[in-house]
Amino acid sequence: MSSAANPRDPLALELCSLSKTFKLGGGMLHKSQTLKAVNDVSLRVPRGQVMGLVGESGCGKSTLAKMLLGLTKPSSGDVLINGKAIVNANQKALARHIQPIFQDPYSSLNPRQRIAQIVGLPLRIHAIGTPKEQALKVEEMLDMVGLPKRAAQQYPGQMSGGQRQRVAIARALIMRPDLVICDEPTSALDVSVQAQILNLLLDLKDEFGLTYLFISHDLAVVEHLADRLAVMYLGRIVEEGTREQIFNAPRHPYTQALLASALTPEPGLGVPDIGLGAGQPDPTQPPSGCAFHPRCPVAKPQCSQQSPALSAIAQGATQATHQSSQARVACHFA
Amino acid sequence: MSNLSTAERSAAPTSPLLTVKQLRVDLPVAKGTLHAVRGIDFHVERGEMLCLVGESGCGKSMTSLALMGLLPGKAQINADCLNFDGVNLLTVSERERSNLRGARMAMIFQEPMTALNPAYTLGNQLCEALLRHQRVSRKAAHDRALYLLERVGISAAEERMRQYPHQLSGGLRQRVMIAMALMCEPDLIIADEPTTALDVTIQAQILHLLRDLQQEFGTAIIFITHDLGVVARIADRVAVMYAGEVIETASAQALFNAPSHPYTQGLLRCIPTPGKTLPGSRLQAIPGVVPSLIDKVEGCAFCNRCDQADERCYSTPPLQTVAEGHLSRCHFAHQLANPANLNAQEVTL
Repeated sequence: MSSAANPRDPLALELCSLSKTFKLGGGMLHKSQTLKAVNDVSLRVPRGQVMGLVGESGCGKSTLAKMLLGLTKPSSGDVLINGKAIVNANQKALARHIQPIFQDPYSSLNPRQRIAQIVGLPLRIHAIGTPKEQALKVEEMLDMVGLPKRAAQQYPGQMSGGQRQRVAIARALIMRPDLVICDEPTSALDVSVQAQILNLLLDLKDEFGLTYLFISHDLAVVEHLADRLAVMYLGRIVEEGTREQIFNAPRHPYTQALLASALTPEPGLGVPDIGLGAGQPDPTQPPSGCAFHPRCPVAKPQCSQQSPALSAIAQGATQATHQSSQARVACHFA
Repeated sequence: MSNLSTAERSAAPTSPLLTVKQLRVDLPVAKGTLHAVRGIDFHVERGEMLCLVGESGCGKSMTSLALMGLLPGKAQINADCLNFDGVNLLTVSERERSNLRGARMAMIFQEPMTALNPAYTLGNQLCEALLRHQRVSRKAAHDRALYLLERVGISAAEERMRQYPHQLSGGLRQRVMIAMALMCEPDLIIADEPTTALDVTIQAQILHLLRDLQQEFGTAIIFITHDLGVVARIADRVAVMYAGEVIETASAQALFNAPSHPYTQGLLRCIPTPGKTLPGSRLQAIPGVVPSLIDKVEGCAFCNRCDQADERCYSTPPLQTVAEGHLSRCHFAHQLANPANLNAQEVTL
């Protein structure tokens, strides 16, 4: 077992009050608006676990992922990978520890390069090994993701969506990172292929001792894969806990609505009426107090004035209360 | 075989709104001819929700475009029967066709941003079909649009009528598309993946709305999707497509409780289902990929991915009736439908 993980720190990833604010518009006549895409997010991802991140489009999931990958600088707060802050780390050093797998395997691979070049690029950039060793490593990696040898000489255009996603996975893992950010890795794939890719991700996680941050809107997939789960709404985490805590006993009304709206293949149940009202409010003008209160079925006057803090749920006396298993929720009435 | 006659018999009591028999769509491509739809049969009863389900490239969208008469010019369409409420859609003139389109059959597309015209106000686009098809005043058309916008849950409808598509969120745009489809009270709506681009919470709301409106207006809907969760919750009947063929047709209950084609069974096994699949366990994926439809497919199109296949599968399987209204295109359909009486089936085969 080759595990590149640093065993000293039990957390593969830690986010401390991470925020990202974008300035929109602005000019001679218009006042610029600010958009808080990610707002005071704190999250700890234990090594070797899968942290699921769910929420509607525009809730800040992808901005969060970009900050982790060093593609966007946070406005405030810290990202710690293996216990070390990445604020001033250079891109190249960062890339050894954290790698992405993106949603769309059609646009994330260079159509003019052969698969061997695409997968071997990180090795060439970091000047690891001789060209011969690099080629061997690429071959080994392609084998691990279940691609035939001849795939190395093909172009992305000659491959199916599932095969391309395997290439993207091979490219992400060839540097043996500790942490992989999976941003909707199967939502562009057909269900029969999705199962193949999910199986592969689970196998490779065990093989390499990986930690995943798994961003998805498909709750069934997240429930299948994730050990822990964080639910985001308008830039904030509104609930976080283990898979069992979130799926068996969701506390936040938004989590409850999200789970209720997931359609499992059970005929006769009909479409649930989740009573959420209209879509997400304008993120440039978030509602006062709890951002969810205009859509919340149980909102009280207090909710529009006071923003609830993300705080630990009081556990029963019998339950273990170490920090890692504690659930957190941001609701006045949880 | 007696299969076809059974299919006809089950459709006989009330004449269906739409009858499709042996529909074929061929598209010329650089490497030859793409057989996108390879002889499919189905029917739609008045006021029913039929789900066409299948993976990308299985021909479900081509089928819907063929029904609407919106296929690209190069496409060749063939069928034994393509009958919409007494009108033969194969021989109908372009003029009659456009009298049907929008008035009696309407379509809801997947991407409401590209389906709506960015240069016209929503009011303008909503009223267009009604003014084109019926002798009504602008005022009457305006009132109808207003009523439907409110009916699909859009607040401040009067103001929305003056807005442009880009001023609306994805969920709102899809609601406008639904209102637009309902303007002329069509008999049939074809909804091609109408909720795929939306968030789950919005999806649930839109599906709820579609189901309500369908029951209120008695509209038949062909709902095209790849999401089996959606299918289970909204369908009256389901037709599963694979490689340009309908491989299984059944009521939603029968399809999910007793799937009788290896592909349908595989699909149901490979989606993680709470309570059925153990979290973190390996999913039962379907190995391999869909065959290319450019060459002629010999025998069963699924046989190279099927774990039950034997030499019989080199010949094209007929549609077999496994139960009333439940058809499967598989040589082993009877065994699959009822694994217990495997021996009894061997005798009849």
